[in-house]
Amino acid sequence: MKITGAEILLESLKREKVRVIFGYPGGNVLPFFDKLYDVKEPRFILTRHEQGAAHAADGYARATGEAGVCVATSGPGATNLVTGIATAYMDSIPMIAITGQVKTFVIGNDAFQEADVTGITRSISKHNFLVKDVRELANTVKEAFHIACTGRPGPVVIDLPVDVQQASCEFRYPKTVDLRSYKPVLEGHKGQIKRIAKAIESSKKPVLYVGGGVIISGASHELIELVKKTHIPVTTTLMAMGAFPGTDRFYLGMLGMHGTVYANHAIQEADLIIAVGARFDDRVTGKLDEFAPHAKIAHIDIDPSSVSKNVTVDIPCIGDAKNVLQELNKTVKKRPDIDSWLKKIDDWRKKAPLQYKNDDKLRPQYVIEEIYKATKGEAVITTEVGQNQMWAAQYYNYDKPRTFLTSGGLGTMGYGFPAAIGAKVGRPDKVVFDIAGDGSIQMNIQELATSVLNKINVKIAVLNNCYLGMVRQWQQLFYNRRYSHTYMNTCNCPDLVKVAESYGACGIRVTDKKDVRNAIERAIKEDNTVLIDFRVEEEENVMPMVPAGEAINRMIGGMA
Amino acid sequence: MHKFTLAVLVENKFGVLARVSGLFSARGFNIDSLAVAETEDPTMSRITMVVDADERILEQIKKQLNKLVDVVKVIDLTEKDCIDRELVLIKVKLDPRTRDKVIQTADSLAAKVIDIGRETLTIEEVGDTKKINATLELLRPFGIIEIVRTGRIAIQADGK
Repeated sequence: MKITGAEILLESLKREKVRVIFGYPGGNVLPFFDKLYDVKEPRFILTRHEQGAAHAADGYARATGEAGVCVATSGPGATNLVTGIATAYMDSIPMIAITGQVKTFVIGNDAFQEADVTGITRSISKHNFLVKDVRELANTVKEAFHIACTGRPGPVVIDLPVDVQQASCEFRYPKTVDLRSYKPVLEGHKGQIKRIAKAIESSKKPVLYVGGGVIISGASHELIELVKKTHIPVTTTLMAMGAFPGTDRFYLGMLGMHGTVYANHAIQEADLIIAVGARFDDRVTGKLDEFAPHAKIAHIDIDPSSVSKNVTVDIPCIGDAKNVLQELNKTVKKRPDIDSWLKKIDDWRKKAPLQYKNDDKLRPQYVIEEIYKATKGEAVITTEVGQNQMWAAQYYNYDKPRTFLTSGGLGTMGYGFPAAIGAKVGRPDKVVFDIAGDGSIQMNIQELATSVLNKINVKIAVLNNCYLGMVRQWQQLFYNRRYSHTYMNTCNCPDLVKVAESYGACGIRVTDKKDVRNAIERAIKEDNTVLIDFRVEEEENVMPMVPAGEAINRMIGGMA
Repeated sequence: MHKFTLAVLVENKFGVLARVSGLFSARGFNIDSLAVAETEDPTMSRITMVVDADERILEQIKKQLNKLVDVVKVIDLTEKDCIDRELVLIKVKLDPRTRDKVIQTADSLAAKVIDIGRETLTIEEVGDTKKINATLELLRPFGIIEIVRTGRIAIQADGK
């Protein structure tokens, strides 16, 4: 029996076990939306902006490990997805973005709401497809999911002209995919793994430098196993918060620009760095020529292009982190002799712990600590970008993977709230908190409607300091306190509590430190979306800090 | 900066060339020459490109090329033992006084005269870049009106 392209798309998504689609309708995607009218599964969630749909799909993917799906119409609908697609791409998040397109025979003619979507998304997606023939649609969807979810995951765009959605053909969904040009290497090379094991056994000052790849491949268990066996201390990137228990005694916290002093010093003094699923980003390495000057570097990664990209690697090992760590755990025979190294790191930890001035003022770090306590560390935290993001990384201990969702690579303001919505849909059992700034929250504030109307109860903690705080911090430190266009005046406009209330959400304002815990507990209990407007100290800085382009042990707020 | 010759085997589909060339343009590198055509397997095309690039960055580009879903294989022919050819069509000004000399020069180079008109004469030459450049130099004094080059293609050598 022949069915239409729109039906094929819907049927294919069901075969891929898609449970939810985030999106926004429009002219060139109407045939597909017409099919959605009749179905309960997958659930469709109408956002208030396409960017919200993309971030929600991304948040859903990060929280669950499944591919997130978003859909938008052609032209402006598609271009509004772009920031969300790029965000997912930079952080290797599996996502399928479906866009309507003008009729095949007018493509390239500047038709109404036309944009060259495959052209625009080429460099910000893992792959993209323009489907010009309905007979290719089922195969394309299958391939898209395969590409998005395997190897180093990423967003895949399917651009679907409206006439292809209307055309019909026989539907046969392929069982398997075989792409001769796409075969990710999953098993690590045994010889290389042996070399890493040898290096570990003979090391005196080893450090595990763990990235988001460990979360993606589900390798936390194997990582914990390796640390149990070797006692090698672990530092994680922003993307890997939760990959290793934040409360473990071998955990050093985050490294890099706003990492802990002891993590950065450990890296700089290490004789062996074992990087797992990390990519030596400039926010991590600081000044490249002075990064880890004494260390031999082993790098386990699924993406060959990440190896020796920024830092020359001594022992590369291409493969899936879970497989490689499993094999490494079998291969490492003896614990390295590192007791004095661990003691040295503990001394640094005592000398320069992560700290802030805990006086009677309402400071943002305190808010995060209270959220941690009130949620017993079991919430899913999403963040916006800037100071809120760094404090959320520093002052909440993440013990489990997929509990800290943040735009690490692209650094997208406006990510956290829609991502929280997506995460809550994927993990309804969890309390989901978006830790936001007063700047970022206004970038996708319209999604309050999505959250309230669909009863997706998320909690938003706005650390309202009236500034674009991180940019202001840089202006203070490096631009002679010239606060050029970073004062947002959010204490006066808008009234965030009223904004929340006008959408039917619950709004709470906290101006006093002693009310913080109560407000958080009330928010958690409330069977509604809640926005808490924390009026925090205006000029609080994220510390410690490596100035851009400096070696990572030369930190402001570091050790004297 | 250094000249590199890359052969990239790709799926014979629309959009693939843009993905490949995009990796160069995004980094601000120019592609000196580019030749694309179907291979012995009609579902696959071979892109041969000559690029001016920094070696370290080219290493990264090669990895990125391999990462593209539609790229089957990347071969760096720069240091390899390979045979490379290019075809050029050269339109030379025709002048009764130099006519015989031009034809003689072409003959001596084993280049073919493929068209003689009233005011111009067109020569076809096949060879490696060095030979093509030598030919152009020898013909330049007669007055070259137009040069059309295919760009380099290359294949790995087996014999010797």
